[in-house]
Amino acid sequence: MTAEVPPQSSASLWRPNRQRSKQIQNLVVVITGAFAAISILTTLGIVATLMFETFEFFREVPFWNFLTDRRWTPLFSSKQFGIFVLISATVLTSVIAILVALPLGLLAAICLSEYAQPKTRRILKPVLEILAGIPSVVFGYFALLTVTPFLQSFIPNLQGFNALSAGLILGISITPLVASLSEDAIYSVPQSLRDGSYALGATRRETITAVVLPAALSGIVASLILAVSRAIGETMIVTLAAGQNPTLGLNPFVPVMTMTAYIVQVSLGDTPVGSLAFKTIFAVGMTLFLMTLVLNLFSFWFVRRFREKYE
Amino acid sequence: MVLTTLLSRSAYSVALAALVAGLAACGGDSPTATTEGTDAGGTDSPSGIAGDIQVDGSSTVFPISEAMAEEFMAANPETRVTVGVSGTGGGFEKFCTGETDISNASRPIKQEEIEACEQAGVEFVELPVAFDGITVVTNTGNDWVQCLTTEELNTIWAPEAEGQVANWNQVRPDFPNQPLGLYGPGTDSGTFDYFTDAINGEEGASRGDYTASEDDNVVVQGVGSDDGGLGYFGYAYYEENEGQLKALEIENEAGECVAPSRETIADGTYAPLARPIFIYVNREAYETKPQVQAFVDYQVDPANEELVSEAGYIALPADISEKVVARVSNATTGSIYEGGSSVGVKLSDKL
Repeated sequence: MTAEVPPQSSASLWRPNRQRSKQIQNLVVVITGAFAAISILTTLGIVATLMFETFEFFREVPFWNFLTDRRWTPLFSSKQFGIFVLISATVLTSVIAILVALPLGLLAAICLSEYAQPKTRRILKPVLEILAGIPSVVFGYFALLTVTPFLQSFIPNLQGFNALSAGLILGISITPLVASLSEDAIYSVPQSLRDGSYALGATRRETITAVVLPAALSGIVASLILAVSRAIGETMIVTLAAGQNPTLGLNPFVPVMTMTAYIVQVSLGDTPVGSLAFKTIFAVGMTLFLMTLVLNLFSFWFVRRFREKYE
Repeated sequence: MVLTTLLSRSAYSVALAALVAGLAACGGDSPTATTEGTDAGGTDSPSGIAGDIQVDGSSTVFPISEAMAEEFMAANPETRVTVGVSGTGGGFEKFCTGETDISNASRPIKQEEIEACEQAGVEFVELPVAFDGITVVTNTGNDWVQCLTTEELNTIWAPEAEGQVANWNQVRPDFPNQPLGLYGPGTDSGTFDYFTDAINGEEGASRGDYTASEDDNVVVQGVGSDDGGLGYFGYAYYEENEGQLKALEIENEAGECVAPSRETIADGTYAPLARPIFIYVNREAYETKPQVQAFVDYQVDPANEELVSEAGYIALPADISEKVVARVSNATTGSIYEGGSSVGVKLSDKL
């Protein structure tokens, strides 16, 4: 590095331009640093805005009312702010979604990593991931215009907008996420464990249920929680197909309004900035943010706690 | 190692500084936007018309004004139409001090507003520009209701009905035991304001537990797929979806059940869910500012009635729009309602 260079080297002698490569190196650090800083600052900015507006909201609306009101009508003259009306809808659609996505995604993952031939796997996995690339607005209209009429043919009291078909399609839309991440977790279980199980006389099914799945549990749970976060935050499907009627309760056959659908409803109108209605969307956004944050923290903790390490 | 850490540290701070500077630059840009060349002395403009036109008032009339203004400015690039939304009352406040040239109104001018205008010496020309009608719809499978009274609509939509009225048999005892599914426009819509005013007696007073959407298509979808569904939206939108939904007749003050149609809305028999909407023009501005004159003439020109339909309203029928054009050219001042309400007034007789 510190080799002496003759001050007047002849032009024919090639020398690395260290000064310039240092400059380029610095430039790269600056550029990547700037981009990293942008994402961090954006996150901080969003959290700060949410906190500020939410604080403003709770100066006008008592926190107790926010938790205990049984109706959600902040845009109307009889204002009530029962956030649980919206939370119940979000929980309802998300639970239905998970009931769909868990078996579908997990079984698909097991099939892909344990039963499928390598060649089939190479084809099937990208196909499954294509499902993740379908825009959610398409899923939403599919739920509204295809799934709901189909379900109505054997559930007579199902209304045009309902949590059921929204939840079902929401489940389909997050299935690739569950399948792909679980599959990674299952696939990375060492072959030696399976071999050991077979050596003890276990069948393939016994090996999967008793050895492979427990070994991959932390990864599967993490994928599931990530999928739940996605379901909670998903907007277009529930806005289009679940309706926009704030009803408290867990009846999947009637229109409900999820937290994200409410934010869409207010954002589409011309609510004046600074009005109470405007602040409600930040309070709802904050609730949404806290819910997904808790889930992500839980997932983080769970993975740490239950990860099985193999050499 | 020390060197590299130092280096990367300084690099990060440089990056941060650059970022902050960039953000500041972005922030600094915003106020310099807008304002084009406006008062450019008229002579070099192709149409010869130039200058500012100030419009303010009702949010209901806003879509019409906006559509008209856009086309008008495209045809007369030297003009600049500013359309504000202060509400009908707020619009008249500015109009009667002479601040604005044109005031949009979803109801006739009130007596006290006429007086305020008189005191300030502002003479106005009252011009109906379109009809705004609301259609109440049910599912096509609904065979038990043909006609509703305004009291029954009030039973369904009143704020007190929230969480209480949830079945058709609560509306009228001989209606079947069928859950009531309600759909309607969101609170930002002019249709919502007018419906709540006409049915519940106060603008904005409504139950909140219904499917409220700014997208009329949601109402069509909802009512169309819900046997016990009931909803309302602008008549113009109903025309586009006729056949998918059943429009109800509404009993007017004379006790007749009247179905909404272009005729019944225009002649005032479909009441109270239809009304004319207006622009009020400052007579002095109309006579002294060629750009205001051109814009008003443009708005009442029957050739532009398509813009009214596009905005979701019903264009005036030929006989009325003829009279409106005559009213403009004669610069007839004063209100045909003399400070009263537009409910039940036949526009064609009065003009």
